[in-house]
Amino acid sequence: MHRLRGAIVPIALLVLWEILSRLGVFSAVVLPPPSSVAVKWVSGMVPALPHDPAQESYLSWLFSGEMPHDAVASLARVLTGFCIGAGLAVPVGLLLGTSDRLFSLFNPLLEILRPIPPIAYIPLAIVWFGLGNPPALFLIALGTFFPVLVNTIAGVRQVDSIYIRAARNLGAKPWTMFRRVILPAASPFVLAGMRIGIGTAFIVVIVAEMIAVSDGLGYRILEAREYMWSDKIIGGMLTIGILGLIIDGAMSRLNDHLLRWHRGLER
Amino acid sequence: MQAEIVVAHASKVFGSGPGAVTALEDISATVPEGQFLCLLGPSGCGKSTLLNAIAGFAPLSGGRITLGGRPVTEPGPDRGMVFQEYALFPWMNVEDNVRFGLDIKGVPKADATVTVDRIVATLGLSDFRKRYPKDLSGGMRQRVAIARILALDPPVMLMDEPFGALDALTRRTLQDELLRIWAEFEKTIVFVTHSIEEALYLADRILVMTYRPGRLKRDIAVPLPRPRDTAAPEFNALKRELATLVMEEQTRFTQAERHGTTVD
Repeated sequence: MHRLRGAIVPIALLVLWEILSRLGVFSAVVLPPPSSVAVKWVSGMVPALPHDPAQESYLSWLFSGEMPHDAVASLARVLTGFCIGAGLAVPVGLLLGTSDRLFSLFNPLLEILRPIPPIAYIPLAIVWFGLGNPPALFLIALGTFFPVLVNTIAGVRQVDSIYIRAARNLGAKPWTMFRRVILPAASPFVLAGMRIGIGTAFIVVIVAEMIAVSDGLGYRILEAREYMWSDKIIGGMLTIGILGLIIDGAMSRLNDHLLRWHRGLER
Repeated sequence: MQAEIVVAHASKVFGSGPGAVTALEDISATVPEGQFLCLLGPSGCGKSTLLNAIAGFAPLSGGRITLGGRPVTEPGPDRGMVFQEYALFPWMNVEDNVRFGLDIKGVPKADATVTVDRIVATLGLSDFRKRYPKDLSGGMRQRVAIARILALDPPVMLMDEPFGALDALTRRTLQDELLRIWAEFEKTIVFVTHSIEEALYLADRILVMTYRPGRLKRDIAVPLPRPRDTAAPEFNALKRELATLVMEEQTRFTQAERHGTTVD
């Protein structure tokens, strides 16, 4: 009963929305009824052609609908850009976090660059990389880079000196110290940075797809606007929301697993 | 005399100029191999500073410390340290914490496993091998911390108020276990505490230190046989004598605190 309570408000709103739309209070362009959004969403999800075993495997047929295709394209961009951004940010962050000299050299620059939203790089990204995937990946990587970098630096710098002392007492040399003490001690911060980073990457991918590429969920909802297909726009937004939820959920599960030793585990 | 610790004219000054604090002043003492020594005194008497200097964490401002004739210059596994805050690696389970020092030393895996098995059993941790420190009580954590240094079989164990954060009953259990380990493994132990009873219960010898600058106030041998009866008249006579000495310093500490001159 308790679990159902959370469903009352959304369902009531959907019903109200449906009734108002059907009564003609809003036009179908301004706010299409939920039922037509649902129909459009399902038609986007299912494959356009019947399954032909000679042509393709069942799995690729299952994902051949327009919406799954776009979702996979967006997800692939997020993950590629994230890997590039985090892959650069973690080593740089470890270096800047460990060396006070490098930190004092580079920190002012970072402080200047960090507040610039990745979206502001769009014109420059197009000038540098043209259209297509390269500028999109650049923007996503950029959106990932700073949160991961800043958290990695903070993570390394806040490592409790008691662990360093204990490890030195047990005979740890610098490389062991780094690999088996500093790295794991900093990992909760690094992972928190990655979670923020992938959230940013997900925002950036939608914007990047609206300008530079010709598939993906961002492209699709902007395309639907050209034809005033509001039901398709809302359906696309719904998929974006679901995908974001899945990404954050997966990230959170990964966090819980990797940090199962950690005391202040957030749930 | 592989584990004899010699402290000769040790001094330590923190800071410089008018704000400088003399934590240790001209301390000399020899700890023979196999002795259980307690450093006793109020906060700010420099007992932890002296222990850290023996551990090699902080260089002295003057004087020298040798272990088995070799000068102490840096931390090393021959002087295993147990911290009040446990300092276990929270990302390693009990077994990996105990194995850590052996890994660093390059002990072959099979040999390390044998050692870990033995040490873990000695400290009654066999059922907790795969647990992480966050899932252990304070007493169990300190057992792991002791196991972690015992695995390396150091001649000297340095203990910085290791049982200070434990409740009274757990503390007594661990004190008894430490005495058993000390006897069984024949360690030299330097143990820092501000508890008079703890020092009397454990030590062969107690060095009472003065409040700032930290000097040796009294060097007392504890002739009582073990296991010690904390209610025995001889125990209490010594306790009274020590209390007088320590409280003189505690009073100086309290006065300094009131005048706002403590820096810790």
